[in-house]
Amino acid sequence: MTEYLLILVSTVLANNFVLVRFLGLCPFMGVSNKLEGAIGMAIATSFVLTLASASSYLLYTWLLEPFGLEYLSTLSFILVIAVMVQLTEMIMHKTSPLLYRVLGIFLPLITTNCAVLGVALLNVQEQHNLLQSALYGFGAALGFGLVLIAFTAMREKIAMADVPVPFQGAAIGLITAGLMALAFMGFSGLANL
Amino acid sequence: MSMAVISLTLLALAFGLALGYAAIRFRVQGNPIADEIEALLPQTQCGQCGYPGCRPYAEAIAAGTEQINRCPPGGDTGIKVLAELLGTEILALDEGAGVEKALPEVAIIHEDACIGCTKCIQACPVDAIVGAAKLMHTVITAECTGCELCIPPCPVDCIDMVVEKIDLQSWRWPKPAAIRNIPISVEVSDKVA
Repeated sequence: MTEYLLILVSTVLANNFVLVRFLGLCPFMGVSNKLEGAIGMAIATSFVLTLASASSYLLYTWLLEPFGLEYLSTLSFILVIAVMVQLTEMIMHKTSPLLYRVLGIFLPLITTNCAVLGVALLNVQEQHNLLQSALYGFGAALGFGLVLIAFTAMREKIAMADVPVPFQGAAIGLITAGLMALAFMGFSGLANL
Repeated sequence: MSMAVISLTLLALAFGLALGYAAIRFRVQGNPIADEIEALLPQTQCGQCGYPGCRPYAEAIAAGTEQINRCPPGGDTGIKVLAELLGTEILALDEGAGVEKALPEVAIIHEDACIGCTKCIQACPVDAIVGAAKLMHTVITAECTGCELCIPPCPVDCIDMVVEKIDLQSWRWPKPAAIRNIPISVEVSDKVA
């Protein structure tokens, strides 16, 4: 139990995927202009990340390992992530039009999110079991959502602030992200995984 | 090497088949009648019918839960074409929804009185108002549908409706006069005869 809690704390705070490992930076900068968009992106990402890390674990243990094809993991993970996202989109479109309207545009974007592939590969590296893999993915998404929403709230304020001309736009965004990353370094002793 | 090629090919084939099956299994049937009704509605998104936009109203008509006479911008002409499409009786415009305007109107903002509160921008369903906080706003006349939704939120009452000036840009093909001028009673008695 402690181990699972540790995974969650580690992925959300200490080894935050965006601010400590620097994965998934493109949606972090790209979808952080408006709070509604950021919340939608955070929910969609947690959905896909959990699903993708579990399914890539299954693919790895049942197919790649028995046949000695571990070197194909990157390629086949990309494949399985793309398929999972596509499948999720179809099922969501059919079963829950409301959820589809909220998350629909974000789902295809997540296919190319490097945090998703990063989580799948790190799961293999850390030799997690199925539950640990899923939790690792979920925690990563939780951390991603946390910093994305916090960052968006800050950027909404910054948009109204009197920023010097050379720093306006993406520049001040990147500086803010850097300061947030510094702050998250404070969590580094919290969990060692 | 050959093992890698074969296994990836098989994997891709299996995923492709699964996605193909899912595409058929989870196909979303559109509502063709709602689409046709929506094509006849004026797309002012004014909400006078009591629905948040033209699409929800079209869906309500298609579902049979709403009358066809609640669209003031469409007027008698709109009711006539809707009745023709659905094969129902022609109704008089519901007074509760509003009255039909004789000539198309657009909103204008008295720019010297505007305080830049952005409330009308948020109210506009078609994004026809431009401006920023504490800066003057203005209406893009070509985009304005004349829905009047921007008037109630304005705290300084600086928005007025004016009859649209007809020039080469704003001139549109007039609605068929024949439809507009046929008295409803004559139409009905023709059918009886």
